[in-house]
Amino acid sequence: MQVIIDNWPALMRAFGVTLQLLGMGALGSIVLGNLVALLRISPVASLRWIATLYTEIVRNTPLTLVFFFFAIVLPTLQIRFDYLLGAGIALSIYTSPFIAEALRSGINGVPIGQAEAARSLGLSFGQTVTSIVFPQAIRMVVAPLINVIIALTKNTSVAAGFYVVELVAESKVLANAHGDQVINILVAVACLYLVITIPLGQLAGVVERKVAVIR
Amino acid sequence: MSASVLYDAPGPKTRARSRLISYISFTVIVGAFVWLIVALALPRTTVNGVVLTGVFSPERWEFALDVQFWRRLLIDGLLMGTLRVAALAAVLAVLIGVAFSFGRTARSVVIRVPVAIILELFRGMPVLLMMLFILLVMRTNGYWAAVWALAVYNGAIIGEALRSGIAALPRGQREAGLSLGLTPFKTRMLIEFPQAFRQMLPIIVAQLVVLLKDTSLAYIVAYPEILRISQQLRDFYGSTTVSFSLFTIVLVIYLAVNLALSAFARWLARRPASASSISQADAHAIDLVATGADVVTDEDKNPFGDGRR
Repeated sequence: MQVIIDNWPALMRAFGVTLQLLGMGALGSIVLGNLVALLRISPVASLRWIATLYTEIVRNTPLTLVFFFFAIVLPTLQIRFDYLLGAGIALSIYTSPFIAEALRSGINGVPIGQAEAARSLGLSFGQTVTSIVFPQAIRMVVAPLINVIIALTKNTSVAAGFYVVELVAESKVLANAHGDQVINILVAVACLYLVITIPLGQLAGVVERKVAVIR
Repeated sequence: MSASVLYDAPGPKTRARSRLISYISFTVIVGAFVWLIVALALPRTTVNGVVLTGVFSPERWEFALDVQFWRRLLIDGLLMGTLRVAALAAVLAVLIGVAFSFGRTARSVVIRVPVAIILELFRGMPVLLMMLFILLVMRTNGYWAAVWALAVYNGAIIGEALRSGIAALPRGQREAGLSLGLTPFKTRMLIEFPQAFRQMLPIIVAQLVVLLKDTSLAYIVAYPEILRISQQLRDFYGSTTVSFSLFTIVLVIYLAVNLALSAFARWLARRPASASSISQADAHAIDLVATGADVVTDEDKNPFGDGRR
């Protein structure tokens, strides 16, 4: 226990880095994910293909490989990022197809009648999507979206392997320095993750019960 | 809802416009690719003044003619590294999932509540942290750390999927079993569980795709899976020249294996035999699980929202 109290500032700094990664990843992937979801339902066939191709490729690439690209391959090509920024971009790219798929499954879940009604009132594609279909889709997929964010929280740990000192990397450092208290250190770090993921899970449940459209 | 409901069948004006957008986006994307390829192919001068050849120059790829290279990457890396971990972890994950689903639906509170708490803990923790824990606390090697961490984490998710499968069965199934004089345990084993397993099979397979992808985390705990082997090969063949080529090759291998497995999961979901039991909403859920998001939440007995309460 002593080791955790002694190293509390370092742990909090690492926790801050994890939160930073989570913030960057969430923001970037939501922006990218919305874009991809919109492309996937767009009337222009070529845009749909592009979005589908992007989704399939990124979704089947391991996150470690995305990180590997930003931290190890790009520098050999003389393209350098700050490691934290690179990790944020890697997380955004990796998470974006999941956000897009969640949104798309929500859009698919909106009954046909809604779009038909909108169209019969003379609304255009843009109006139908932005004012009728999308708002309902969002309400239906809040819980899956929060689950994607929870998965993102856990995925930030992969940055530990690529020179970012977040929680897992810090726990590795501490564990090496205090070989006799490895269990305490790892349990403390696990608790810090649960501090993020469990409330998010609860939030998903609450929000779902509040806003979900029951059909 | 098919996307086409959102807009009219295109008229001549719209068709012309969408053709124009297609041409523009095609030009932009092809242009970006050409730019990237040219940029990569050009020689570069490093900060030290050393001139590096472009990434497509022959000496950066000639290692691929070496049979030893492919033996090392495919046999040692993919087969004996990645797939060996994935196979054992998959079997264990399904077994652990079955055990969890039994514990989670047990009648006795003494079993049900602790199992629920343990499940939440396992699902809320990064796999990498679990690997580290096993590696450092159990003092095993990277292989067992990877296998057990992946098995426990994915087992927890499969367990939740199975439990929601049991919860989604029509109540009459259980009542019928009990009314025939079967014990609750036998009812579960003989009637409820086989149906739930069958119904959740696509979700389980999709989760196994996630497991396969996650084996690459073992790279970080220094287990020699395909990415780690590729890095050793990179050092062997000269780290500055071959790293881009090697990365491309590993990426293509991962995409091939994962796309094949995803396609299998989708085929399983669309098979005529299971079409009657798997609704459209389930297919979306499968898509979601295949994306790595666990759709099965604790509050939600029936995660598919298709009205089967």
